[in-house]
Order: sequence, then structure tokens, then C-alpha cells
Amino acid sequence: MTDQAQLLPGTLDLLILKAVSLGPLHGYGILLRIGQISGQALLIEQGALYPALFRLVRQGLLKANWGVSENNRRAKFYELTAAGRDRFREETEGWNRVATAMAVALAAQSEEI
Amino acid sequence: MSFLAYVRSLGAKIFRHSQIADEMGEELRSHIQFRADDLEHSGLDRAEAERRARIEFGGYERYREESHEALGGNFIETFQQDAHFALRSLRKSPGFVMVAVLTLAMAIGANAVVFSLLNGLILRPLNVPQAKSLYMVERGEDEESPMQSYPDYIDLRDRSRSFSGLVAYDIDTAGVDTGGNPSSAWLYEASGNYFDELGIQPYLGRFFHASDERGPNSAPYIVLGYDYWRSHFQADRAVVDRTILVNKHPYTILGVAPPGFRGTELFFTPDFWVPLVDQGQIAGSSDLNARGTRGTWLVGHLKPGVTPAQAIADLNSIAMYLVKTYPKDDDRISFKLARPGLVGDMLGRPVRAFLTGLTLLAGLILLAACANLGSLFTARAADHSREIALRLALGSSRRRIVRQMLTEAVLVSLAGGVAGLIGAIVLLRWLSRWQPMANLPINSLPVNPDLSVYGMALLLALASGLLFGMVPIRQVLRANPWQIVKSGSSGVVGRGLTIRDLLLVVQIAICAVLVTSSLVALRGLVQSLHSNFGFEPRNALLVATDLVMAGYSGERVPAMQRRMLDALEDIPGVSSAGLSDRLPLGVDWYEDVVFKDSTTDMKMSNAAAETVIYDVSPGYFRAAGTALLAGRTFTWHDDKNAPRVAVVNREFARKVFESETVAPGKYYKRMDGTRIQVVGLVEDGKHKTLAEDPKPAMFLPILQSPSSSTWLIVRSRRDPQELTVAVESTLRNLDAGLPFSIRTWNKQLDSALFASRIATISLGVLGGLGAMLAVTGIFGMAAYSVSKRLRELGIRVALGAQRKEVLQAALGRAFKLLACGSAAGLLLGLLATKVLAFIVYQASPSDPLVLAGVVLAMSFLGLLATWIPAQRALSVDPLILLRDE
Repeated sequence: MTDQAQLLPGTLDLLILKAVSLGPLHGYGILLRIGQISGQALLIEQGALYPALFRLVRQGLLKANWGVSENNRRAKFYELTAAGRDRFREETEGWNRVATAMAVALAAQSEEI
Repeated sequence: MSFLAYVRSLGAKIFRHSQIADEMGEELRSHIQFRADDLEHSGLDRAEAERRARIEFGGYERYREESHEALGGNFIETFQQDAHFALRSLRKSPGFVMVAVLTLAMAIGANAVVFSLLNGLILRPLNVPQAKSLYMVERGEDEESPMQSYPDYIDLRDRSRSFSGLVAYDIDTAGVDTGGNPSSAWLYEASGNYFDELGIQPYLGRFFHASDERGPNSAPYIVLGYDYWRSHFQADRAVVDRTILVNKHPYTILGVAPPGFRGTELFFTPDFWVPLVDQGQIAGSSDLNARGTRGTWLVGHLKPGVTPAQAIADLNSIAMYLVKTYPKDDDRISFKLARPGLVGDMLGRPVRAFLTGLTLLAGLILLAACANLGSLFTARAADHSREIALRLALGSSRRRIVRQMLTEAVLVSLAGGVAGLIGAIVLLRWLSRWQPMANLPINSLPVNPDLSVYGMALLLALASGLLFGMVPIRQVLRANPWQIVKSGSSGVVGRGLTIRDLLLVVQIAICAVLVTSSLVALRGLVQSLHSNFGFEPRNALLVATDLVMAGYSGERVPAMQRRMLDALEDIPGVSSAGLSDRLPLGVDWYEDVVFKDSTTDMKMSNAAAETVIYDVSPGYFRAAGTALLAGRTFTWHDDKNAPRVAVVNREFARKVFESETVAPGKYYKRMDGTRIQVVGLVEDGKHKTLAEDPKPAMFLPILQSPSSSTWLIVRSRRDPQELTVAVESTLRNLDAGLPFSIRTWNKQLDSALFASRIATISLGVLGGLGAMLAVTGIFGMAAYSVSKRLRELGIRVALGAQRKEVLQAALGRAFKLLACGSAAGLLLGLLATKVLAFIVYQASPSDPLVLAGVVLAMSFLGLLATWIPAQRALSVDPLILLRDE
């Protein structure tokens, strides 16, 4: 477990948006996709995904439709709405700014001050 | 989330709740299956795979809850929690709840009553098929009236192309004898096509038709009203084809009208219908051939596709024909249409105006109530600000707190709504059974509340709950929890004049206006009971009868009248007895024009005066207590063979002869050219309404102007009840088959005082409502300011402030507003009484008693409203307050 990082608050939504931005996915698929693109580094308890998904649907960032998966199971597939795409872009930029700033800040040496 | 979206999602949630729960369960289960599939691929057996998948998923129920919450919350559970909490916290402040519920109950009750009146009298059409295309034909322009003559009706019916048919009807009384006790009943005289044209089907038996009309008195049939059939014939189905006596003439009962059909006038429900062609037998005389005598009302359905404007044009082309063909009777006639049900515009216009005014006022009252409750709830929120701040600090969301507060407000408003509705229903039940005038069949105001009234009241309650519940929300949302927890409720109250203050002043002013006007109206009513009517209603008993009802006609009528008078005068203790065909201040006054003796062309425009007419016996003036000023009254020798004479009042003399003193001995003419000599002059009096200006009146001897309609006036100092028994047996001895009713003249005057009485009552009720609102308004404001400044007051007390200074600090503002509002209201109220003078007798605003009453009432209200906050301010204990911080 030590190689898996706990999620910072607020990052789950961004990860979900990212996962879905790559193509429509059902809930379990989103989990797999997040695991895959993060190199299994980010830990999400499986059930915790759903409150986040419903919140995003209600905010109008995701839309959901029932469909059939490749192994013939009925599942609800999520995809980004236009608003979701905009929000994803904004949040990504915001995250990058914070991450860069944090990286710079944490890399600072005493002689640079 | 915006408030509207919240409500919408709540609404959607209630309906889709189970569907969403099912879908969510399916989705979560499908997730676990996916995981189990993967685990199975990695080599586990299916059962173990599913078990592992469930464990990995985590707390299934918890995530399901959270998912629900994420979708907008589990509405029903949250609401239950909120309601439970709200009830608990409301129980802690019963005084607050009582004031709030009572305020709303009054406001919503008032609205429910007004809405039912509006619904019953204006919104709901007459209960006939296709009521939308039903119109009443009125005479238009300078002689607006719903009354038409029968010959004109025949012309309109046969010549008009816009109506599918026109029916005529009027209202009358008749004596009914079913073999037992003779009684009098109200009826419609209706044209033969009445039921067929209106599309009414009989409940029992059959109706009369146009084909039954074959000349005067040719159709001795009656159709019973459903209620009358039940009350007077015990709902006996064998009543059809039975023969009963109507005014001593045999009439056959054809059938019974359906229960929903109560005639074509909302205020007048007939006991039965008879064909209009029988007018001669029913009314005692027939106007069927008198084109100038207008006494019937016409309604009809417009043909499909015909607009009202086209119908009016059509009617007026017939009017031109009538003017040309009958210039004497139909001079300048024209027609218009009116909504049926309230005698066209005659009652319709004032009723509509009155109800519109009432609706506006009721709306204002509700709005003011909401404003008051808003400030009450704000005061409450201020009291609870520490608790709210604590909850915020502990992580409760603001939305949840706002929802909690709204739940509280809505619960209070629903309680108020239900209480108000119950009160309204009781009042309306009473109203619909009410008989304001004993001698008129106004016994059926169609104002019983129906579903739309209940719905409207609950909707209003809900809406007002949300409205005043939102007032304190801004305060909560702006609150900074740290600041409040640290320093107690935020310090300073705004010193500037706020909108709420202004609203309060307006409310107090309205209240003062209402109090002023109701006091003025009350004074007027009391005074009108002691004013000069031109007759003396005290110590007088009235007997109402109509000899036609007992089968008298021709010469037998005056003979019987004289026998009755002689017999009554013989009763011990009776000082005089008189007779008139109509009573002053009665509802059936009769007017006609008179001309100067020199006039030869008897045109309306040449008339000297329009005068009220009474046909009276010689003893009338003494029995009625009308003072003779000059000349003589009548004797029994003023009969058909004697010269025509009249007694007139002073106003008549002023109008026709330009001088009172010359009147006795002078001559004037009536429409038909008859010359009449004035033999006596009597005092002026009240004839049509209490508030009227002096009206010309003429009295004709009953023997020269016979009438079967009979009001006997018996003057005596004896106890009315004793006398009633004596009068009854005297009259029964003369004719056992005569229907009559006995009451005191004062009782009879009820109908004349009706308008001013109604004005007094409704002003009183509104004044009460206004007072209630002003009290809660001042109370809310004072309570708020005390609770906001409790700490400051505590410090003042600790520093040695006297009670007077504490009160000054706490309530000075409330009293200033009260004084401003009362002064403004008093001024406006005095102006408003000018308007009141139209209905209330001698409404004099500058009455010192009224002024004193208003000032006293307003001070009392102020004291009442500030009592509790003042007690709270005075009992403030600095130690507890300081420790509390």
C-alpha cells in the first residue's frame, strides 16, 4: 500500500473528468482507467466513486446513459457534457498551476531566498 | 443552488424517489459484478470472487446514502428530520407560535372568505348548460335598468336573430295552500320557453313549455324547486300531477327542478316556477299588455358564432323599430348586454366593485401579515444566532440551516392556514344560511367553500410561509460564525429608517384608518336608529299580507281591508291602525313622474318631479306617526266617486309648486293626465335609503288607488308578543285562509339598515384584523430590537439605568413609529369617512367621541404589543448576560 498515494480533497472529481474525457465509461471502467493512467498509484475506495459521479451528473458536468458492456452486462455509461469539458480544461490548468507552484516552492534552497 | 431549482428538484425527487433508488441499486450491483468478473478471470471461483468484490466495494449502504445525498438529498428523510427539529424548537416558544399562527389564520381566513365570495358570485357561472354564452338583456344609456316590459320582450324574442332564444322571468310572492296551513312562497314567473331554452332537465315529472302559453291565465302549472319540494312536500315522488291552491287558484304540479338548478338569479332562489302568462292570478294584476310597465328580466343564449357586439347591434336595430312604432312608451329605448345572475349590472356592478375592493384589501392584509411574520422570524433568528453560528462552525452547511428555518416557517404557516380555513368554513356556512332581510328570499348565498377554496387557502399558506421564511435568511447567510460565537449577537441595530420601519408605519396607519372608519360607522348606525324617518317605528306592529293570495279581487279587496282595519282598532290597547300598499324604507318602493297642472304634453322630459308613491288608508298617518303639517288627511269618503286627492310631503311641494305653503288646494297631473288635488302636507322622511337626500313623496287614498298588497300598521303601547297573538286571532277570525306575517316595525327596518349595518360589521372585522396586524408588527419590531440590544440593556442596568431609561432605550423607536402611523391613519381615516357618508347615516368624522376613541384604541394596541418585549427588557439581569458571554 505504501506505493499508493491518498487522494487530496477535490482531486477525485478531476480524475473522473480526465478518465471520462478519454471516452465513455461505466463506473467500474472509470476506476480501472484511473488505475491505468495513474500507474496504479492513486487509491480510491470503489464505493466512494459513486457519490462523486452523481454529484458531477447533478452539476451537469457528466451525462449518463444505460448501455451494454463488452461482456454483455447492463451498465450505466458516463461521458462529458460541454460544460464538463470546459470545467475539465479549467481544473486541469488550475491544477497544473498549483502543482508547478508547489514544485517550485518545495524545491527552493536557502541561498535562493 | 438557486431556491427555485431546489424546490424543483425536491418536487421531482418526491415523484421519482423510488425509481432513482432502484436505478442506483442496479448500478452499484452491476459494479460489483464487473469486479467479480475480473476477479474470476484472475482465478477465483465465482462465489469467492463476488464476496471479495463486495468487500472491496466498501460500505454499500453508506455509499448508497451518500449517493442519494449527492443527488439532492433523500428528501423525505431530511424533511422528517427538519420537521421534527422544527417542532421541537417551536415548542420552546409557544407565545411566538401563537402570535404567528393567529396572525396567519386571520389573514388566510380573510382571504379564503373573500375568495369564496368571489368564487360564488363572480367566477362561478350560473349552473346552466353553456353558461358562457348566456347574457342578460338590459336597457342601456341614460335609463340603465334590467327591467323590460312583456310586450317589448315579445318583440325582442321574435325579432332578434342573435339569440337562440330569449326567456323572461320576474320574482313575486304568492299564497300557497296545500290543504293545510296557508303560507306565502317566493316564485319566478317565467316565460314558457324558460326551461327548454336554458337546457334544464326535470329531476322529476316534466316542465312547462312555450306551447302551454295560450293567453292570460291559460297555464295553471307549477314546477317545484328541489329544496322546496324536500322541505314542503317531504320529497314525495307522488307529488307530480297533484293540484294545490296558489292564491286560491288550482295549479297542477308538473315536476321538480334538479337540485343544482336554483333559478337564474344567484341571490334569489325560487320555491317554484309558474308560467308568466298567469301573472293576473299570481300578482293580482297583469302587465302583459302594458308596454310602458317594465318588470321582467330577460336572459338568453347567444347563437354559436355571434359575438356580444353583434348581438347588441341586432338588439338596437330592434330598439329603433320600437322607438318608431311605440313613441309614447319606448321613447329613447336602447339595449345592452350584461352578465346574468346578479340582476344584470344592477346588483352585478356594485357586487363586483365591492368584491374587487375586498380582494385587494385581503391581499394587502396577507402581505402585511407576511411582513410582520418576516420580522418576527428575524427576531427569532437573532435570538438563535449563537446556536446557528455554532452549527455552522461545527460543519453544518448553510443550505441545511436555511432549509431548517424554512421548514419551521412552512409548518407555522400551514398551521395558520388550516386554522384560518376552519374559521372561514364556519363563517361561510353561517353566511350561506344567513337571511339578512326577513322578507326576501335571500337565503342562499352560493358561497359554500369548494375544492378551489381549500386549494387556494393552502397554496396561500405555503407561499406566505416561504415568503416570510426567507426574510431572515440573508441574515443567516451573512453571519460570520466566529464573530458571533466570540461576541454574542452582533452589536448595533441600524439607526436609519429602514424599509421595514416604513412598512410598519403604513400598517399602523391602515389600522388607524380602519379603527377610525369603524368607529364612525358605529356612531352613524347608533345615530341612524334615533333619527327622524318621517315615521315612528317604535311601538308599531306590522302585518304583511296580500289579499290576492287569499283569492280576493275587485271590490272585495278594499272591503276586506276596511274590515281588517276596523277589527284591529277594536283590539284593546291599540291606539290606531292604518294600511299602506308599500312601506317607506321597504325594498319594494315604487316611483313615478308627476307633472305641473299646466303641462299638456306628458313626456318624461316635461316631468316636474319623480316621486315615491304610497296608497294608504285614512288612518295611515296616525298609525305610522307621520306628522300632518297643513290641510287634512284622507277619509273613507275619498273614494272612486269623489274628486281625486293626494297628501304630499314638503319636498314634493317644493319640487312641484316651488313653495310649501301654497301646496294645499293646488292641482298637479300624473302621466295619464289625471288631475289630482293636494289636500294635505306632511313632513319629509326616508323612503328608499337612510342616507338619501329628501325625496318627494305622494300618498293616495287606497279607495281611489286600490291595491291588494297590504301592510297593516298597528300602533299600540302593549307588549309586542301579546299584541301579536291578539292580532293573529283577530285576522284568523276574519279569514282563516289568509297568509300573513307579523313583526315589529323595528325588525322590518333591518333591511333598510342592512347596508350601513354590513358596512359597520365589515369595517369592524377589518378593523380587528388591522389591529391584530399592527399589534404583531409592533410586537415583532419591539421584540427584535430588545433581543438585539439585550447586552447593551444589561450594561445600562449594571451601570444604574432606571426603568424608564431602559424602556426608552428599548422601545422608544417602536413608540415613535406607532405615533407617526396613528397620526397619519387618523388623518386618512377622517378623509375616508367622507366616502362612508354614502352608506352610513350621518357619518361625521369630526366627532370628538370618535377622535378620542381612536387615540385610546391605538394607545391600547401599542401597550398590548410592547408589553412582552418591555417585560423582557426590564427583567434583564446583567449578571446572567455577562456570564453568558
